[in-house]
Amino acid sequence: MSDAGQLGTVAAILAMGAATYAMRAGGFWLMAYVPLTARVRRVLEALPGSVVVATVMPIVVREGVPAGLAIAAAGAAMLIRRNDLLAVLAGMAAAAAARAWLVA
Amino acid sequence: MTNARSAASVRPSWSLDGLRLGAMLMAPALPGMMAFAIAIGATEARKGFAPIEAALMNLLVYAGASQMVAMEAWPQQLTLASVSAVALLVATVNARMLLFGASLRPWLGPLPAWQIYPLLQLTTDPGWIICMRYRARGGNDAGVFLGGALLVWVAWLATTAAGYLMGALIADPRKIALDLVLPIFFAAMLVPLWNGHRRTVAWAVAGAVALATERLIPGWWFVIVGALAGSLAEAFLEEARDV
Repeated sequence: MSDAGQLGTVAAILAMGAATYAMRAGGFWLMAYVPLTARVRRVLEALPGSVVVATVMPIVVREGVPAGLAIAAAGAAMLIRRNDLLAVLAGMAAAAAARAWLVA
Repeated sequence: MTNARSAASVRPSWSLDGLRLGAMLMAPALPGMMAFAIAIGATEARKGFAPIEAALMNLLVYAGASQMVAMEAWPQQLTLASVSAVALLVATVNARMLLFGASLRPWLGPLPAWQIYPLLQLTTDPGWIICMRYRARGGNDAGVFLGGALLVWVAWLATTAAGYLMGALIADPRKIALDLVLPIFFAAMLVPLWNGHRRTVAWAVAGAVALATERLIPGWWFVIVGALAGSLAEAFLEEARDV
């Protein structure tokens, strides 16, 4: 980065940081003004699962079979043992194996 | 759920045990996060950011996907307009965090502002999902949030710096599926979150709407649109049952 850009780069980073903090704190802040009715509470309680599915689905579709197998293996491991670490390892193993075989 | 509701107005406690539990719950998400952090650090070096600039970005923005997107779209000339555009781009990638914060309100709302607002700077995807799961089981120790968050924070700053220094030495993280660890961890969380067929329907809605949104609208809106559609569907189904 050039000398003239030096301050500019830092300014840009500060702007990015402020924008991200607004997202991190904004939802929490805003909910102070929304009454926590039973309905609002239901929507908020339903969010975690929906965020997970909405995040993961497009990735699975984009990455194809290895990602699908990884998710299935992780889900199965989680169902059987209820162990996060085991589930992640099972998922990674499934994806790595699928990629190795599908490419080869 | 009953636990969480009846304890809604009780101010969360802070304890060392909570810190430890949070760090323990977070551990499975670390390998994938660190692989990603190495890639971010390497990209910062390749794009010509000075060490102090890279460190500042990792510290202040502290959201890998948005940093990657911003660096790909980094303007040639930093003007007020182009800097605003980059900040806006970063905000859209991170807009899902609005939902994280909103859903933390019923639990952490009773905390004083000076405790919660600094803590929110440490919000991450795995950190949030861990908190929601812990809370749904009736837990009420804010130390769990902080403990998990501190572990990720330290690991993130160390690994992005390592990535910056090592640059292109990294072997292909795709080979051992490191790029998929976060989605795998996320998906595994669905098992404890599942609680009946209404949720299955809501998740199907979330997935379908996310896929459709990804096709129709460029960018990262699919997370927020899909998630809202799914949770509105679930709330609607719950009310239909209660009536």
